[in-house]
Amino acid sequence: MGHYLSITEEQRKEMLEAIGLDSLDGMYAGAPSDLVLKRELDLPSGRSELGVLREMEALASKNRVFPTVFRGAGAYRHYIPAVVSSVSAKETFLTSYTPYQSEISQGILQAIFEYQTMICQLTGMDVSNASVYDGATAAAEALTMCRDRKRAKALVSSCANPEVIKVMRTYCWAANAEMLLIPEKDGLTDKEALRAMLDGSVACVYIAQPNFYGLIEDAPTIGQIAHENGARFIMGVNPIAAALLKTPGECGADIAVGEGQPLGMPLSFGGPYLGFMASTGAMMRKLPGRIVGETSDSEGNRAFVLTLQAREQHIRREKASSNICSNEALCALTAAVYMAVMGPGGIRSAAQQCASKAHYMAKLISDIPGFGLRFSGEFFHEFVTECPVDTGKLMATLEENGILGGLPLPDGGILWCTTEMNTKDEIDALVRLVREGKRV
Amino acid sequence: MKLLFEKSAVGRGSTILPECDVPEYIFSSELSRQKAVPLPELSENDVSRHYSELERRAYGVNNGFYPLGSCTMKYNPKINEKTAALSGFTDVHPLQPESTVRGALEVLSTAEKLLCEITGMDAMTLQPAAGAHGEFTGMLLIKKYHELRGEGKKRTKVIVPDSAHGTNPATAVMGGMTVVSIPSGEDGCVDLEMLRAAVGEDTAGLMLTNPNTLGIFDKNILEITKIVHEAGGLAYYDGANLNAIMGVVRPGDMGFDCVHLNLHKTFSTPHGGGGPGGGAVGCKAFLSPYLPEPQISPFSGQGPVNEDCPQSVGKVKAFYGNFLVIVRALTYILTLGREGIPDAAKHAVLSANYLKKRLSEKYTMAFGGTCMHEFVMTLERESKERGVSAMDIAKSLLDRGIHPPTMYFPLIVHEALMAEPTETESKETLDEAADLFLAVYDEAMADPEKAHLRPLSAAIRRPDEVEAARNPRLRWKPAEL
Amino acid sequence: MNTPKNLKYSKTHEWVDVIDESNVKIGLTDFAQKKLGKLVFVNLPIVGDELEAGQAFGDVESVKAVSDVISPVDGTVTEVNEELLDSPGMINDNPYEAWLVKARVGAAVNGLMSAEDYGEFCAKEE
Repeated sequence: MGHYLSITEEQRKEMLEAIGLDSLDGMYAGAPSDLVLKRELDLPSGRSELGVLREMEALASKNRVFPTVFRGAGAYRHYIPAVVSSVSAKETFLTSYTPYQSEISQGILQAIFEYQTMICQLTGMDVSNASVYDGATAAAEALTMCRDRKRAKALVSSCANPEVIKVMRTYCWAANAEMLLIPEKDGLTDKEALRAMLDGSVACVYIAQPNFYGLIEDAPTIGQIAHENGARFIMGVNPIAAALLKTPGECGADIAVGEGQPLGMPLSFGGPYLGFMASTGAMMRKLPGRIVGETSDSEGNRAFVLTLQAREQHIRREKASSNICSNEALCALTAAVYMAVMGPGGIRSAAQQCASKAHYMAKLISDIPGFGLRFSGEFFHEFVTECPVDTGKLMATLEENGILGGLPLPDGGILWCTTEMNTKDEIDALVRLVREGKRV
Repeated sequence: MKLLFEKSAVGRGSTILPECDVPEYIFSSELSRQKAVPLPELSENDVSRHYSELERRAYGVNNGFYPLGSCTMKYNPKINEKTAALSGFTDVHPLQPESTVRGALEVLSTAEKLLCEITGMDAMTLQPAAGAHGEFTGMLLIKKYHELRGEGKKRTKVIVPDSAHGTNPATAVMGGMTVVSIPSGEDGCVDLEMLRAAVGEDTAGLMLTNPNTLGIFDKNILEITKIVHEAGGLAYYDGANLNAIMGVVRPGDMGFDCVHLNLHKTFSTPHGGGGPGGGAVGCKAFLSPYLPEPQISPFSGQGPVNEDCPQSVGKVKAFYGNFLVIVRALTYILTLGREGIPDAAKHAVLSANYLKKRLSEKYTMAFGGTCMHEFVMTLERESKERGVSAMDIAKSLLDRGIHPPTMYFPLIVHEALMAEPTETESKETLDEAADLFLAVYDEAMADPEKAHLRPLSAAIRRPDEVEAARNPRLRWKPAEL
Repeated sequence: MNTPKNLKYSKTHEWVDVIDESNVKIGLTDFAQKKLGKLVFVNLPIVGDELEAGQAFGDVESVKAVSDVISPVDGTVTEVNEELLDSPGMINDNPYEAWLVKARVGAAVNGLMSAEDYGEFCAKEE
């Protein structure tokens, strides 16, 4: 069997003698004997390192990695700079615990403080927490932040990512709180419908920017409508898009949340990802989870600590607004390294290329008969086209050519995505394939 | 040490991306942000050195002994990192067609199956991203169960012992429940009379960990779960302490209906400075239709991925869960196998008892007798007599190069220090650590004033936490803001 | 320990200043602030909130703990000490000046201890 024990047989005897027991099993004398397993677990026998590597490699080889990807819908294939991978593999960062002992954790605390700062810079908000599980749970926690005794209803755009909507629904059901979807019009949140839905019971309005269809919402106006009616405005934002588009801060958002995976995390079949949450200063104490603050030590040196801990579960217990304990700290560190090495110019370039390639591709695809753009609104790096043929067959053709095509939607359309990773040649080849519907 | 922003200079940067090979698309100024993101401008060398410096100011289990009670800081095997870095795992999109991700789905269903066997459960979900997230999911299963039986409005109380981790009561409230806290008995275990008095027609369930947060195995566990069931409630197992009993005793056999596991504790995945983790949730068959969707579990019986789960509580996270964390955990479980799993648990308990024995020379233990994988010391007497607190001992240990035990938890013990050595330490390490603990005790008792000042050799002295909370500075700001 | 004679005291360490037969001021005692340690934040109710004797109406935070503030009276909040939101430390520095809320009460305030009785009560609690 494989194991990671250092204690030798000799030492085991010495230790048992020291505690006055004959055998390891004697330590479980306090448990009812009926409960102590008399049989072995029905698990495979342990492996050597090489053995387990082979087994896991075999599983990995049953997955197909596509050389070319045109699919997004909540998980995006971006270029991960080499220094990002090297820093996030550093063993001390990897194997340390939450920085509760601040004197020996200044490295981690400073890294997270820097991350918090960068999220504020990206979103235009005042404060950020140290991360939550993913963009979907961040959105759900944002709804909780806005709920109080007087206003408890959440209005969520139906144009948000369906996964995010599902998670928000689950969290609202858990809290016995009401959540309603704002109807869609031409792929965008219907502002008139929103106006009609607002009243004194609505705590918050949530939209995604860009939304699930890739379209850019009229965030400032929606924010205005929400505020006019006393509700808070929450914007879910794509962090790469935030490098180019009007920030949640500029749009008047009270809370900005989003999925940080595009900031240096691989696709990883859905996780681990990164939920970022940022807010205005006024809502600072409602943010869930850990937050790092700057202070000084007894000699006046700059020092970082986990602060505002009295919000959290380990102190507030049943009065905490969230039970979150562990978060996605290493992913937050990864995102910080990404933003540090890309810098203002690099992240702008990534965003620029995402949008430019998407518009280039959209023009070419929509010129193919039957593949017209479904919506006329402005979009960022994703767009929906119609599809005159069976999407399954089209996808299969693309897959034969090493391409993961856009996401087929339930109603027959396709949600395409481009990032800076898609070259012009790849896009041209895709368009050719779609047009000819056969191997080039 | 400077912040990244303080190392920035205009014009610095890297050339990560090539030029755009298609015409540039410009958004109208109405849609665009006014100024570029004010991130720092740094060379790659600056960035790389910065994080190397930060790494020197951190401490991981890879650096040394880390007896943090309740956290199970066992060795993080490097092979886990290798398997989690395989391209077949890192480069697949969660929305790829099923036929192209059979390996990923098999990772999930195999992990579920093995964890079911370890815990004595019938079905599992790997969707939660952390222990607390798993607790939340478990709470939802219980909520759904009562709701579908027409008792959702009636059964709204969750019983939690006062020794519980803070996430338990917080979780209950997130699930729309109210908390009934029951005091632990003199022996640190669940007081059966108090439990009997607390259960009733309004009981949704009980949240419990066994062994408990004092490191004691509650021998009345079967009676406890029986009392809850007889009242019509369900029993939820907080798996944070599973390292004491995995492969030896199973929560499912103790009468629990659902459990959560901490993959980043018991199953060796690295803590990452606070995450990412993995919070697998298992349940008995009658609760399995309520598990988050989609379900991969073989129990769902409808092929690899079942999206038709009409009774599911919904989703607690996008996609499938922290997949690469699950890869690590699976690698570990396969490595240890049927022999290694119980062996690890037994050695964890052995190490704890040995360390406890050695420390008993000077330290007062909160409870006598054999402990499980962790034990609690109390500095209450030393605090009253000499002013030496748990904090002083912990900070003194930092100067000796060891990460201290958990401080001030559980709340029912005053001036508590909770130590959990885990099974992956050598006897030499345990003996050296014990010597240091004893030396620190003597030193602190002899000179409490000096102990109050420690640590003296770390990157900083004790930080002003009052100032940090009264006047929060949560981000760096340039001079003109 | 400081225990002004003109105030009344609750078992949960709040003080009450009876301004007149319909209005009171409520704060935390010296005993309380010593026990709690340096306060970093206070969560206060809003004007118009109902107070119920024996029920929590807010809480105070130190770095590592949260404590409920229990209302010693039945009444309605008429004013909240906003200064405490920025300077919670005032409760530590001057517990009997740093009132938390003012309230309008219907009935006469009773069931509270005099300064002397409270002093004895605290001595027993130590």
